[in-house]
Amino acid sequence: MAPQTLYEKLWSSHVVRQQPDGTALIYIDRHLVHEVTSPQAFEGLKLAGRQPWRVGSIVATADHNTPTDHWDEGIKDPISRQQVETLDANIREFGALSYFPFRDDRQGIVHVIGPEHGATLPGMTVVCGDSHTSTHGAFACLAHGIGTSEVEHVLATQCLLQKKSKTMLIRVDGMLGRGVTAKDMVLAIIGRIGTAGGTGYAIEFGGSAVRALSMEGRMTVCNMAIEAGARAGLVAVDDTTLDYLKGRPFAPSGEMWEQAVAYWRTLHSDEGAQFDQVVTLDASQIEPQVTWGTSPEMVTGVGGRVPDPAAEPDPVRRSGIERALQYMGLAPNTPIGEIPVDQVFIGSCTNSRIEDLREAATVVRGRSKAASVRRVLVVPGSGLVKRQAEAEGLHKIFVAAGFEWREPGCSMCLAMNADRLEAGEHCASTSNRNFEGRQGAGGRTHLVSPAMAAAAAVTGRFTDVRELI
Amino acid sequence: MQPITLIEGIVAPLDRANVDTDAIIPKQFLKSIKRSGFGPNLFDEWRYLDHGEPGQDCSARPLKPDFVLNQPRYRGAQILLTRDNFGCGSSREHAPWALADYGFRVLIGPSYADIFFNNCFKNGLLPIVLPAAQVDELFRACEATEGYRLVVDLPVQVIRRPDGAEIGFEVDAFRKECLVNGWDDIGLTLRHADEIRAFEARRRAEHPYYFA
Repeated sequence: MAPQTLYEKLWSSHVVRQQPDGTALIYIDRHLVHEVTSPQAFEGLKLAGRQPWRVGSIVATADHNTPTDHWDEGIKDPISRQQVETLDANIREFGALSYFPFRDDRQGIVHVIGPEHGATLPGMTVVCGDSHTSTHGAFACLAHGIGTSEVEHVLATQCLLQKKSKTMLIRVDGMLGRGVTAKDMVLAIIGRIGTAGGTGYAIEFGGSAVRALSMEGRMTVCNMAIEAGARAGLVAVDDTTLDYLKGRPFAPSGEMWEQAVAYWRTLHSDEGAQFDQVVTLDASQIEPQVTWGTSPEMVTGVGGRVPDPAAEPDPVRRSGIERALQYMGLAPNTPIGEIPVDQVFIGSCTNSRIEDLREAATVVRGRSKAASVRRVLVVPGSGLVKRQAEAEGLHKIFVAAGFEWREPGCSMCLAMNADRLEAGEHCASTSNRNFEGRQGAGGRTHLVSPAMAAAAAVTGRFTDVRELI
Repeated sequence: MQPITLIEGIVAPLDRANVDTDAIIPKQFLKSIKRSGFGPNLFDEWRYLDHGEPGQDCSARPLKPDFVLNQPRYRGAQILLTRDNFGCGSSREHAPWALADYGFRVLIGPSYADIFFNNCFKNGLLPIVLPAAQVDELFRACEATEGYRLVVDLPVQVIRRPDGAEIGFEVDAFRKECLVNGWDDIGLTLRHADEIRAFEARRRAEHPYYFA
């Protein structure tokens, strides 16, 4: 048989039927559900008198709307509360493999709790009504975001209608420098290929620098594949994958584990497999990244400057830069290191796992929040991450520095709950989108790694974290 | 789903690349548990001078006069001209719901984000991809002529310009069939329920650890 890419293996093992025009019916193994994109899907199901095909595939949680403080007071916003209660009622009515409701001690961001419970396994198809479902591809599963109509389609049929994607290999070789992280790697990738560079592709991340990443780091990279336009990101199975999964609640055990591992070991691109596109980066050349604009591709190294639109020959791009600088309140050629920071957000499905919190705490230890910084939020990705961080004493480091240690949830990544920026505020954020208004109307987001966010919090501006460690 | 066959309407030009779904419908409106009523909040932050919240009466809100959809000449537009990577970011289907609820039936642009593109077809919204040069030309024609209209004929896959010139476009055969007939995907898929059951049984036998 001709050598296959990892994507082709995952695709072909899930085709239920193929239509003449290339559309295929793809079987879905895992369906992650949250409160924002599911109510209309459950309602559609009920209106049509249909039942879910396999509730054992569903893992659900409430994460987008939930507050990150004063849990004892419940959800104060009545519309948010209704949405969360609607999910409670739908799961009560239809069932699920597992539901982690608001205030459950294992509740958390859907893309954090799936992997930490072993509900995301290599070789699966994983979908969720959330674009950051690409995160789960770190486990060599075909994982991508879907809309609400497709959520209903998966509920009703356990399948999706799909067209095969093109394949892209992004190979990052060499070693990341000290203080340079998975987040910097993926921001540098997006800076290179652009936010539409991966449109129509499934991206496999490979090369020695990707192999050297922990599962947390690989999740960070795959999480932001969608920010490069690709619905799905992928990393091949290796010992790091298996070591992470062993012993997790929904991972197989005993003989079943051995059987699974024998299959999972085949989940990599074959020697000589052909990709539609290959991009290579040298890890040693990547410096800590900071976005300056309103799209993740508007990014540069911490030693760089805000660009000058006058130097951009393409008129659509030039007006894009002008509009971004106006929104961000930045003058052309401003050194990144001179941009002051008003708030700092450490959290989100990109960077709220234990390794991210350790990375931030390493920088913060023995330092305090700069007086000019109004607020620093540290929002762990799940109840389990929170407890682990507390067992390691990380929360004490954050609290001693004047940071706020919060309950888990999506929080200020998209500001659906009460955590948000005020108009005009600059935020060093470990999240994934710097779109206009994303973290609050008029808010100005700069995407960075947890280490760089911590460095900004203690110095009050974007500082090269390598000077602090 | 409302079928699409022939759409004849005013064209509105939105001259920005990378329009994200947060801009199309901001997050505060995602708290709704309904599919309808998002039209008044389409492009909320670009369209209004004040800050929008769910449940507001939008008819009395102050408008940003420069925003394209607020200009009288584009009132009632059914066709939206866009630039590259329209609909990037969040998978929220509220974005096509808002566009359709506002009254748009057709989008014309050089490229769309994958998830958004997919979501459009589920909601009677036709996203047409044309080469960038042709899109440029439509932007120029539309901005130069007040009341500029196009006819989009989906069954024959042609856009007709006011001067009679025709521009062909591509669309997946299956998606076109669903749009033209207003078909519900789920009903179509369930015709193959036996095949799904057989696939599932084979998978369960071969990979039991996915069914624990």
